[in-house]
Amino acid sequence: MTSVRSDARFAPTGPAPAPRPDRRRRVGRRRPWRRALRRDWQLYSLAVLPLLFFLVFRYLPMLGNVIAFRRFRPGGSVFGEYWTGLRYFRLFFTDPTFWDVFTNTLVLGALTLLFCFPLPIVLALLLNEVRSRVLRRFVQSVSYLPHFLSIVIVAAMVMQLLSVDGTVNQVVGAFGGQPVPFIQEPGWFRSIYVSSEVWQTVGWGTILYLAALTTIDGDLYEAARIDGANRWRQTWHVMLPGIRPTMMTLLILNIGTFMAVGFEKILLLYNPLTYPTADVISTYLYRVGIVSGNLSYAAAIGLFEAVIGLTLVLSANGISRRAVGTSLW
Amino acid sequence: MVTPRPTRGYRVFQAVNAVVLTAVVVVTVYPFLTIVARSLSDNAAIVSGQVNLVPRGFNLTAYRVVTSDPAFWISYRNTVVYTVVATLISVVLTTCYAFVLSKKHLRGRTALVGIAVFTMFFTGGLIPNYVLVTSLGLKNTVWAVALPNAINVFNLLVMKAFFESLPVELEEAAAVDGLGTYGTLLRIVLPLSKAMVATMVLFYAVSFWNSWFAAFLYMDRQDLLPVTVYLRNLIVGASDATQTGGGLGSGDDIVQAAATIQSVTIVLTVLPILAVYPFIQRYFVSGIMLGAVKG
Repeated sequence: MTSVRSDARFAPTGPAPAPRPDRRRRVGRRRPWRRALRRDWQLYSLAVLPLLFFLVFRYLPMLGNVIAFRRFRPGGSVFGEYWTGLRYFRLFFTDPTFWDVFTNTLVLGALTLLFCFPLPIVLALLLNEVRSRVLRRFVQSVSYLPHFLSIVIVAAMVMQLLSVDGTVNQVVGAFGGQPVPFIQEPGWFRSIYVSSEVWQTVGWGTILYLAALTTIDGDLYEAARIDGANRWRQTWHVMLPGIRPTMMTLLILNIGTFMAVGFEKILLLYNPLTYPTADVISTYLYRVGIVSGNLSYAAAIGLFEAVIGLTLVLSANGISRRAVGTSLW
Repeated sequence: MVTPRPTRGYRVFQAVNAVVLTAVVVVTVYPFLTIVARSLSDNAAIVSGQVNLVPRGFNLTAYRVVTSDPAFWISYRNTVVYTVVATLISVVLTTCYAFVLSKKHLRGRTALVGIAVFTMFFTGGLIPNYVLVTSLGLKNTVWAVALPNAINVFNLLVMKAFFESLPVELEEAAAVDGLGTYGTLLRIVLPLSKAMVATMVLFYAVSFWNSWFAAFLYMDRQDLLPVTVYLRNLIVGASDATQTGGGLGSGDDIVQAAATIQSVTIVLTVLPILAVYPFIQRYFVSGIMLGAVKG
């Protein structure tokens, strides 16, 4: 090993050094890790703290999911006391509340996908048609704004607007209706949730599409025009195919968050009166686990949810790769 | 691109488009305006449903009530402290790791990237995280807010893409001049990355400023809450009062007093974000683009 460059620190960051004479290359091949460590130890040392973070706060909790299969005692071991097998899974599979919240999760997830995925595309296409740069910039800047707000602020605004004396009820009143206590009505929760979600995300969601639209080759429009395509046809045959990779990537990512439907927002917006439509898996496991202290039971539900989420991403990614050749990795 | 004379159909479309986009702007801005109007109005006017865009019965009582509440200022100070500490940790860790990941020659680089990216798609979930943070004894400390979300993988990939775009020759020259990895990072790479680091600071600072759930979960003491949780307790308290039909004395008073107080608290919480928004917006947009191209 003495033949390894002792002045290694002089070339620690560039690309791999050019091939060395034979003897050294053999050493490098036989002990590649040792050599890499010797050359790049400073780089590796920079990775230690971040790796510690991932290990402790990302991977340890993944292992911590074993409490879904073990009896957990508060104050006891993080990994539980003794094995219980699938007891907690059987418990929630036979728990009628679980199936209610499961259905709610699917419905809210589907509605969110149905509105929050296509609307940014529509808005981006509309913005793209605005001739005046100043005007377009202005609309963009305004529409990005809600993205920067805390969910607490958004929830608080929703409650103010929908309160009995709020704007929406003023409109209802102007048409001669009786004030509706929207926040207390289960029948309104889904509309409220989805529209507040659209309000907060639609503008920001246009960024990537607008960027993709600017990269479309101008000749394609020209060719389409020569073929007699009007504006609408150009949108359909040139613009949409042009942003398809972006669309697919965002669709896959959206599907990935399908099961996790805006947990924090629901937690802020719902109340016992609206549980029949508003309670989703994540809020249910929050109440069962953290409020009532059945941590093992809640961990089982959480693990189930996470596995479904991962399966959804992987299958969406697989389908997309095969069908249109776009994939996340 | 030569633009042909617009057809009549396209002119109609432009008109419709203008109406739609105006509606988007109005719908986006309206909630802010109505909240400001409510915060400046008289309780009685709000109760009778008269307040929408223009304050009725203009007064600053609610502002005085909120700003004279010590709990409000304590929570505001907590938000500032949490944001500064958490952002500092996050930016340092993200920069270090992104720098390491940007070195194409590094052995094990793919594994190091994979370790980070996998956590985007699979996480331990709420309960194991809660158990972990609790058993590490982080409850009621700033670390419960700062550490569990120290590295955002999306931000990490953005920064990695940026470092990869820097010319390799620069660092080779630094190595020839005898600078080690640390020296190269501190004296060559970071000075060239000021805009990127600023973007990261903004990304993290805004997200920590806005966050509430970690503090809500891990802070038991009133004097440790950030302003978002302060506001949350205010709005949930108000809706509880509505549900129970005002159990405490004359319930209507409580609920309606809360309406102006809530509006004022919303205005005061959102103000810092609105104040910096025009300046930070373009950094965010360029950061997102960078992440999208390479990420």
